[in-house]
Amino acid sequence: MSFYDSLIENAPAIIIAIPLLFAFATPLISKLSKVLRNAWAIMGVLFSGALMYVLAWEVFRDGGSVARTYVFGGAEGTSFDVLSNIRITFYVDGMAAFMGLIMATVALGAVIYSLSFVKKYTGQDKYYTLLLLMLAANFGMVFTGDIFNLFVWFEVSSVAICGLVAFRTNRGESFEGAAKYLIYSTIAGLLLLFAIGILYGQYGHLNLEYLSAAIGADGTILIVDKIVLGILITVFALKAGAVPMHMATPDAYSEAPAPITAMMVTASQAGLYAVFRTGWTLYGGNISRAAAELDLIHAVGYVLVILGLLSMFVGVTLALVQKDIKRLMAYHAISQTGYMLLGVGVGLAVYASGDNTDFSLYGRTALAGGIFHIFNHALYKGLLFLTAGAIIYKAGTRDLNKMGGLGRDMKMTALFFIIGALAIAGIPPSNGFASKFLIYESVFHFNPVIGAIAMLVSLLTLASFVKVFYAAFMGPKNSEMKTGEVPRSMLIGMSVLAGMILVFSFLPSLVLSEIVDPAVTALAGPGPEIGTNLTLFSGQGSWNALVLLGVLSIVLILGILIRSWGQKGTVPNGEGKKPYLFGNPTEVNGNPIVVPASNVYWGFVKALQKYYRPMEKMHSGLINEYVFWFVATAGMVMLALAFL
Amino acid sequence: MEEMSPIVKTITKIAFAPIFLFGSYIILHGHLTPGGGFQGGAIIGTLMALYLIAFGAVKWRKKLLSIIESMGLLVFIGTAFLGLTSGYFFFNFIGGTGFPLFGEKLQTGELIDGVFFPSNNAPLLSSGTIAVMNISVGLEVIAGLTLIIVAMGLFAFTGKEGGE
Repeated sequence: MSFYDSLIENAPAIIIAIPLLFAFATPLISKLSKVLRNAWAIMGVLFSGALMYVLAWEVFRDGGSVARTYVFGGAEGTSFDVLSNIRITFYVDGMAAFMGLIMATVALGAVIYSLSFVKKYTGQDKYYTLLLLMLAANFGMVFTGDIFNLFVWFEVSSVAICGLVAFRTNRGESFEGAAKYLIYSTIAGLLLLFAIGILYGQYGHLNLEYLSAAIGADGTILIVDKIVLGILITVFALKAGAVPMHMATPDAYSEAPAPITAMMVTASQAGLYAVFRTGWTLYGGNISRAAAELDLIHAVGYVLVILGLLSMFVGVTLALVQKDIKRLMAYHAISQTGYMLLGVGVGLAVYASGDNTDFSLYGRTALAGGIFHIFNHALYKGLLFLTAGAIIYKAGTRDLNKMGGLGRDMKMTALFFIIGALAIAGIPPSNGFASKFLIYESVFHFNPVIGAIAMLVSLLTLASFVKVFYAAFMGPKNSEMKTGEVPRSMLIGMSVLAGMILVFSFLPSLVLSEIVDPAVTALAGPGPEIGTNLTLFSGQGSWNALVLLGVLSIVLILGILIRSWGQKGTVPNGEGKKPYLFGNPTEVNGNPIVVPASNVYWGFVKALQKYYRPMEKMHSGLINEYVFWFVATAGMVMLALAFL
Repeated sequence: MEEMSPIVKTITKIAFAPIFLFGSYIILHGHLTPGGGFQGGAIIGTLMALYLIAFGAVKWRKKLLSIIESMGLLVFIGTAFLGLTSGYFFFNFIGGTGFPLFGEKLQTGELIDGVFFPSNNAPLLSSGTIAVMNISVGLEVIAGLTLIIVAMGLFAFTGKEGGE
C-alpha cells in the first residue's frame, strides 16, 4: 500500500488527531516563543484542513454514498462486524465530508485573522489551545459513527466554546454569555446522555449504523424510540441555535472574539448536521421503510419545517431592532439556520410521504437547497463576523449609534462587508441567492405561504444590513475613532472567505453537482445525474450568474457613458446639495430631525408593537426562563411525535 | 494564607500516604479493576486540596504543574499516534507482544467467536498502551486539578487572580 493510500485510509482519525496533538503541545510551545506558538497553531489548522480537503475529494469522487469507515484501535482486514466488536467507529460519507470541508475552510480564515486580532490580549496560549480543541470537536461531531462518542464531542465543543466566549476576562458580559452557554449546553448534553441511555437500554448498542437498522426493524415504532427522537432533535436544534432554544446564542456569539464567532457558526452547524443525521439516517435510514417509520419521519419533517419557520422569522425581526453590531449578526445567524432547517425539513417530509414523483419533482431540490445553504452560510456569516470584528477593532465600540464614516479608511473591510451582506440577503448574483433560489422554488411548490415567508425574511435581512452598512461605513467620520485599515493578517483572513464566496457565486451549479450532490446522496440515496454546465436548475426554473453578470456589465457601461456626457464636477451649492428626503421635512423648530442608526426602522417596529412587546418579555436574560423554553420545546416535540 | 490547627495537620500527615497509595493503585490498576487515570487522578487531586487547606501552602510551582499537564496529554495522544506505525490510530502495539513494559502475554482467557477475551486475573503488566494512557491521563488530571485548586486558593486568600 502506498503512503497516499494509507494516509487516506487513516485520514478520518488523523484529521481529528492533528488538532488535538497541536492543542496539547501549544501550552508547552508558548513557553518558548510567541511567534513559534502562532506558527504552530496555524500549522495545526493547515495540516488538518489540507488532509480534510484531500479526504473530501476522495469521498466526493466516489459519489458520496460510499462511507469510509474507520475503526479505532484497528480491525482485522475489512470484515469488521459491529455486532461482535464494540469499538468506536468513524463514518465519513458525502455529508460528513461536506461539513468537514466547511469547518476546515472557516477555521483557516479564523486562525489567520486571530494573529492580529488577539495580539493585545493575555492568555493567548489558552486561546489557541481551545481554538484547536474546538476544531477537533467540530470534526468529531460530524465524523463519528457512535452515538456516545457524539455526546463526548458535543461536550468537548461546548466546553471549548465556553472557555473562548469568556476569553475577554475584563468584561463581565463575557462571563455572563459563557455561563449562559455553559448551562444551556450542559442541560442539553445531559438530556442527550439520557436519550443515549434509553437507546442503549433498548438495543444494547451505541453504533449508529446498528441502531439505524434496529429501530423499527419489525415494522413497529416503540414509544421509547419516539421519546429519544424528540430529545435528540431538540438537543441538536439547541446546538444549532433554532428558535425557541436560541436564547443563549446571541449572548455567546456577541461576546466571543470575532474569529471564534465565525467558528461557532460551524460548531452550530455541526448540531444542524446531527439533526439531519437523526432524521434521515438514524430514524429514516436506508432500511425497510415500514409504514410506521415513514409516518414518524414525516412528522419529523414537519417539526423541522416549524422550527425553521420560527427561527427565520423571529431571528430576522429581532435582528432588525438591535443596536449592537455583533448581536444583530448573531440573530441573523439564527434566522439563516431557519432556511437550512426549512429546506431539509421539506425534503424529509416529502421523502417520507412515500411519493417518489413529488420527491424528485421538488423534495430533492429543497434538500439540496438546505444543504447548499449550510455551505454558503458558513462562508458569508464567517466573513460578516470577521468584518464585524474589524469594525469593532477600529471603532472601539460595538454600538451602531456611535460609529460612522469608517468606510473612508477601511475600504477593503467595507468591500468584504458588501460581499457578505449581499450574500446573506440573497441578492443575485451572490452564492446566497443560488441556495435560496433552490429553497424558494421548491418550498413554494410544497406550500406557497412558506415560500412567501422565506422571501420576506430575505427582504428584512437586506433591510437590516443596509442599516449596518449605513451606520458603520457611511456618514461623517467620528473624530474619536482610530484611522487606517486593519492589520494585514485580518485582511488575509477575511479575503480567504470573501474569495471563496466570489468564486462560488459564479459557479453555483458546479458546487451543487460536485460538493452538494454527494451530501444529498449520502442522506437520500442516489438521484438523477446533474450535468456540469454553468446553469443551475431547480426543477421549475434556472439560474445562471454569468448571464446576469453580462447584463450588469452592459448596464454599468451604459451608466458610465451617460455619466460622461453630463456636467463635470459636483454642484457646489443650491438645491442639488441638499439630500432628497421624499419631500419630508428635515427640521423641526430649527433643530434637525435625527434618528439613531439602531432605530432606523422605527415605523416598522411601531406597527408590529403587539409582536415586539411579548418578544421583549421572552428575552428576559434569565437563564432559568431560557431553560424552561428549552425543556418545554423538548416536551412539545415529544408529544407531537408520540401522537402524530 | 493561614495554616489550620495542629489536629488537622497531624491527620493530614497520617492520611497522606494511604490516600496517595490508593490513588496510585486506582491509576496503575485501571486496566484490570474499576477505575483508571481520571478516577485515580481525582483522588490524588483531592489529596492536594487537603494538603493546601491544612498547611496553607500556596507556593506551588505552577509552571512545573502546567508542563506536567501538557506532557500527560502529549504522551496520551502520542501513544495513539504510535499506533499508526502498526496500521491504525489508537492501535495497541504493545499488548501481548512480550515487550517488557506492559507487554506481557496473556496466559488465561477464552476464545469466543475468534475474539480473545482475557480473564480477570490478568497480570499487572499486561494491557499494553491502555496502562500507558491511564498513567498519562492520571498525571494530567493530578496536575490539572492541583492547578485549579491552587488558582482558587490564591484567589480566595490573596484576592488576586492566580491562574497562569
